[in-house]
Amino acid sequence: MRLADATAEGARVMAVCNACRYCEQYCPVFQAMEHRLSFATADVTYLANLCHNCGECLYACQYAPPHEFSINVPQALARARVQSYEDCAWPAPLGRAFRHQGVLVALSLAAVMIVLLFAATLVANPNALRGAATRASFYAVMPHGAMVALFGAVGAYVLVALAMGARRFRRMARGPSTAQHVAARSGASARLAALRDVLTLRHLHASGEPCTTAEEVRTPWRRRFHHATFYGFVLCFASTAVAALYHVLGLEAPYAVASVPVVLGTLGGIGVVTGTLGLLIGARTRDAALTDAAQRRLDRSFIVLLLLTGASGLLLLALREHRVMGSLLLVHLGLVLALFVTLPYGKFVHGIYRAIALAQHAREERQR
Amino acid sequence: MTSANVPYDVAVLGGGNAALGAALTARRAGARVIVLERAPRHFRGGNSRHVRNLRCAHAAPTDILTDSYSPAELLDDLVRVNGGETDETLARIVAERSAECVDWMRVYGVRFQASLRGTLHLSRTNAFFLGGGKALMNSYYAQAERLGIDVQYDADVVALEVDDGVWRGATVETRGERRRVTARAVVLAAGGFEANLGRLREAWGDAADNFIVRGTPYNTGTVLHAMLDTGAQSIGSPSECHAVAIDGRAPKFDGGIATRLDSVPLGIVVNRDGERFHDEGEDFWPKRYAIWGKLVAREPGQVAYSIVDAKVRDRFIPSMFPPIEAVSVRELAAKLGISAAALERTVTDFNAAVRPGAFDHEQLDGCRTVGLARDKTNWAQRLDTPPYWGYPLRPGITFTYLGLRVDERARVLFASGEPFANVYAAGEIMAGNVLRRGYVAGIGMTIGTVFGRIAGEEAVKHAAR
Repeated sequence: MRLADATAEGARVMAVCNACRYCEQYCPVFQAMEHRLSFATADVTYLANLCHNCGECLYACQYAPPHEFSINVPQALARARVQSYEDCAWPAPLGRAFRHQGVLVALSLAAVMIVLLFAATLVANPNALRGAATRASFYAVMPHGAMVALFGAVGAYVLVALAMGARRFRRMARGPSTAQHVAARSGASARLAALRDVLTLRHLHASGEPCTTAEEVRTPWRRRFHHATFYGFVLCFASTAVAALYHVLGLEAPYAVASVPVVLGTLGGIGVVTGTLGLLIGARTRDAALTDAAQRRLDRSFIVLLLLTGASGLLLLALREHRVMGSLLLVHLGLVLALFVTLPYGKFVHGIYRAIALAQHAREERQR
Repeated sequence: MTSANVPYDVAVLGGGNAALGAALTARRAGARVIVLERAPRHFRGGNSRHVRNLRCAHAAPTDILTDSYSPAELLDDLVRVNGGETDETLARIVAERSAECVDWMRVYGVRFQASLRGTLHLSRTNAFFLGGGKALMNSYYAQAERLGIDVQYDADVVALEVDDGVWRGATVETRGERRRVTARAVVLAAGGFEANLGRLREAWGDAADNFIVRGTPYNTGTVLHAMLDTGAQSIGSPSECHAVAIDGRAPKFDGGIATRLDSVPLGIVVNRDGERFHDEGEDFWPKRYAIWGKLVAREPGQVAYSIVDAKVRDRFIPSMFPPIEAVSVRELAAKLGISAAALERTVTDFNAAVRPGAFDHEQLDGCRTVGLARDKTNWAQRLDTPPYWGYPLRPGITFTYLGLRVDERARVLFASGEPFANVYAAGEIMAGNVLRRGYVAGIGMTIGTVFGRIAGEEAVKHAAR
């Protein structure tokens, strides 16, 4: 669905919702909607990214299909959301290139990265994959300098691309809209409120019960698996950061099983693997009417890459003294690279845009 | 015709709030219950699909209700809108048992909004369903399934067998197939006849063709009229209905709340001849929208137009339909299809008659016109700031008042006052006992819940005999 279609449908749906308002206590989407009289592209983009896709409003809707008004808020906003990822992506051509990103694209990219890493490693040192395992020495496979240079460069690029995307999105979320006047002042308390909402996924259970997976079927597991994935990801990141710090301080890898990097990485890896597996399984049993095909594709490709990254990381840890360690390391690093370069063009940005939208919402509520 | 062999204690005809209230009550008391819902599963719930809240008495503030609201005050509100014409025994039962409704509903998973919000500022007197009436019905039906109630959709009751005051069974049609359903007792909760265009025409003539039915298309009154044909005593006028003014672009059926239009008090309303016909500023819109249905119904073509200017465009909840916009009164008249000369004259006269004042749409501000045949007594401002917005208005029927006379045990009565042996009624089909005219927000749901439960209890008692 093209931009005009996705946002036009979002605007049509919101106009009906704004005249009804029965759903106003389900979530911030409807509260933010009530501050607006009409829905320009920017408004729809903002509302779409406030939506957590909990699904309550579809089942509560007297106008849901097959009613002739055909109102499906979760699906309309899911489409507008996917559209906004493409719209805000930087640079724009890459946003378009990854528009239809699916599991296949993600896996192909990972395969390319892995092949390149193997080629580069073997060209630089034909014996790199032999013998390193006994010392569990990752840097014998890929020298520390090379690793820092590669991931530093990719990381810097990803950060810039994410920041540009966030900037574009923030500009959209703040207007031009009919609620523009409330957005002028930004407050630390609004940001704190948004941070709390993000860290607790409050709006997946704010209306008193967990979110829906089908009519009258509510389950806390989507929220729990999301937490496992998110906090697992954070722990893995922390593990890498601590290891980098240790290296600077002269504490060379490998680290003991009870060391901070290994404990954080193990817990994080377990979180990511169980979380992503749970989300993948949960998505299969969830009512398809609640989501959009393009959204599901994006979700899956990101989740699968995360899962493989987490699983390969755990495996690497378990087999770090085995002779396959060298190959495993390159597979893991290839997966990490593929994950990183797709971050700005896929599902990952939902966390950033959601946080910005929630902060904007908190500001709007404070100005009421 | 095939005969169903499954024996039921209680058959419930209908599938809305009152029907499910009766069915769940009967099932909880151990009865084998069948629910015959005429609509397909998706459109189940009758007009309860479209409701938002329930009026209920309470002694102290709760998580969903502010302040307090005594049964006596609720009864007063009921008596007032009825002009004293209500069955006071039944009205008192509704008022008193209204206090139990919220707790009872919560047992079945129904959720309510916290009292902080509520666009109509009714949170002292009314409990708002979280997500509205369809969410309410989803909770009920999920419980019904769990408890083993036999719910049948697309089950159109086409005939009733009643002899000697005893209900013997119903003929039910599903996709052209007919079958007979029988039970020891029956609860009639199949609504009024507001979706029966033929019957509306009988009462209203050709004007009825221009009415819009706000709710379910399935309330055609088959069960109501079948009972009246067997000699049941009627209550309420057959030609009275509750109608509000709604956006004229609404679909013929089932447009519900989203077709509402709140702009009337903020501007002027003209008929298709471009003339004003009533004081738009009589009172707040929630207190007046119900009379505007009949007002518009009396105008030629059953149509009128609400016209506002840019000064008030952000002062009302937007309609789901975009306003018809024009830069001049003349252009707006052309777009609305009314005489430009007439509308310009009306606006000029109106503007000249507006007295100065401090406009405040949140209170009766006394800003008025003086010297017109029909003055506007509040919120009168000159229409002079383009763009001008126009909205067509049509009468939108909510429900009909004609019903079956019942006693305090929800038993349907003969004209003689004798009860039928095993026939009980609840909901809109008997609401006329309590509500003969007018309306107070949420009272239909209260009557339905209270009498649904009574009908369920009584039907079980009868079945157990």
